[in-house]
Amino acid sequence: MKILGIDGSGLVASVAVVEDDNLVGEYTTGYKKTHSQTLLPMLDELSKMIELDLNQIDAIAVAAGPGSFTGLRIASATAKGIGLSLGLPIVSVPTVDAIAFNMWGNSGIICPIMDARRGQVYTGLYSFAEDGSFKVERPQCAVDFHEIAADINERGKAVTFLGDGVPVFKDLIAELITVPYRFAPAHLNRQHASSVASLGMIYYKNGECDTAAEHRPEYLRLSQAERERLEKEGKA
Amino acid sequence: MDTKEIKILAIESSCDETAAAVVVNGRDVRSNVISTQIPLHTLYGGVVPEIASRKHIERINQVIEQALEDADMGLEDMDAIAVTYGPGLVGALLVGVAEAKAIAFAQGLPLIGVHHIEGHISANYIENKDLEPPFLCLVVSGGHTHLVRVVDYGKYEILGRTRDDAAGEAFDKVARAIGLGYPGGPKIEKAAHEGNPQAITFTRPKVSDGVYDFSFSGLKSQVLNYINGAQMKGETINDKDIAASFQQTVIDTLCDHAALAIDEFGMDKFAIAGGVASNQTLRQAMEKMCEEKGVKFYHPSPILCTDNAAMIGAAAYYEFLAGKRDGWDLNAIPNLKLGER
Repeated sequence: MKILGIDGSGLVASVAVVEDDNLVGEYTTGYKKTHSQTLLPMLDELSKMIELDLNQIDAIAVAAGPGSFTGLRIASATAKGIGLSLGLPIVSVPTVDAIAFNMWGNSGIICPIMDARRGQVYTGLYSFAEDGSFKVERPQCAVDFHEIAADINERGKAVTFLGDGVPVFKDLIAELITVPYRFAPAHLNRQHASSVASLGMIYYKNGECDTAAEHRPEYLRLSQAERERLEKEGKA
Repeated sequence: MDTKEIKILAIESSCDETAAAVVVNGRDVRSNVISTQIPLHTLYGGVVPEIASRKHIERINQVIEQALEDADMGLEDMDAIAVTYGPGLVGALLVGVAEAKAIAFAQGLPLIGVHHIEGHISANYIENKDLEPPFLCLVVSGGHTHLVRVVDYGKYEILGRTRDDAAGEAFDKVARAIGLGYPGGPKIEKAAHEGNPQAITFTRPKVSDGVYDFSFSGLKSQVLNYINGAQMKGETINDKDIAASFQQTVIDTLCDHAALAIDEFGMDKFAIAGGVASNQTLRQAMEKMCEEKGVKFYHPSPILCTDNAAMIGAAAYYEFLAGKRDGWDLNAIPNLKLGER
């Protein structure tokens, strides 16, 4: 089974092709260029390098959110366009789950944090069982960092932090976290389309996928205009 | 071989319409699907960019699939994929651009980025098989007011543009001020039918250092001042007269500018385009002006005036013939200038 993975949820742009237990190719950049300028040129280059026949792909796994609204849509539209062309299903992989999956086999709690602005983080808590199976301890969510810190402390287990929220919340982590903690290194601490594809393969085998037309990003947040309207109506 | 048909799938998502069309040889529209978001944005009194972007991605595949189905064709029949890449709302544009690029990539087809305004102008080619450059074109919509000399296919000379609000934007703002709501264009037009266009004298806006340039922000202020003044004096205001007088002033201004350019450049063909071009009163005024001058008048049907993808397919065909091809790094350019390549 061959899965094309795409992640445009953060600063990182990443594409990968995973065939069963083989990573055929991955192209990941953490550079300031927009995903509109990077994702498809990267996929084109990767395809040429690994002589990819797009018709051999079984499904597209995309980091569906949360993340940068625009980045998510570029990745999703890329997946939807390819999906429409080739009649491929799309597996919507929760962004935070895919980041946690980078740390496969790690002991303790895995806590990806993405800077969600407005004082919040996109986060979730994960662990790996002894047989390697992936456990979602707390599904991805948008919360105040204090809330996830309290949850981590309560669990009393060592925690590994990763994600682009780490530099932003490093001081707060030192201040609030009472359990042993550590930070993942550069080669693991950001989005990887290979993780999206590997995890996507598991979801796909469980039958969790949409048609390309149905797929849409999962923002975990309303737009500002909708939020303000609901607040106003709530008050009225 | 020269009889080969060039079939283009075109995609448009620059504002609040998700659209796709199949156009053959630039003028033969085989399908033209438009999914509008207007009812959604009415809640907010105007287009909310983030909501527009979210709706685009939810609808885009269905719209494209419908366009192919209506045309009774598949992607394998296409010769190129075209997409609007500016100007417009960046988040909205990016959905169409990313989708079009991915389809072209997966299908192994050339990609053609199209300027939204060039699309509006090209809408005139669809129903007027005889229309060819050079001609003069007035583009009036919610986001744009341009007086353009179409020198050749793909070659545009901007004579005048708005310095502030677009004509359609002024319609929206005045509609809001007199409580008609969004979208302002059709609502003002409807109210104006029952009003007296001579009831209130608004000054025609002029731009001192650009005879062909427009400025509608001052006119909008005049209307607001008139309403405030009347309310202060305790007078009842007649919404219909305001709508009719405001609309007439906009039309007179647009007509004057067009007439001046027709004379100066000795044009014998004049076309209108853009959302506001579906305004009947504007159309009649332009038609009359052209008749008096002995100039041939062109205009698209209302469905081709509004944002649509058929017009993008029409413009793309001439870009295709000119050999324009875009790379996989094609980006959305929200303030893309007309004629920029």
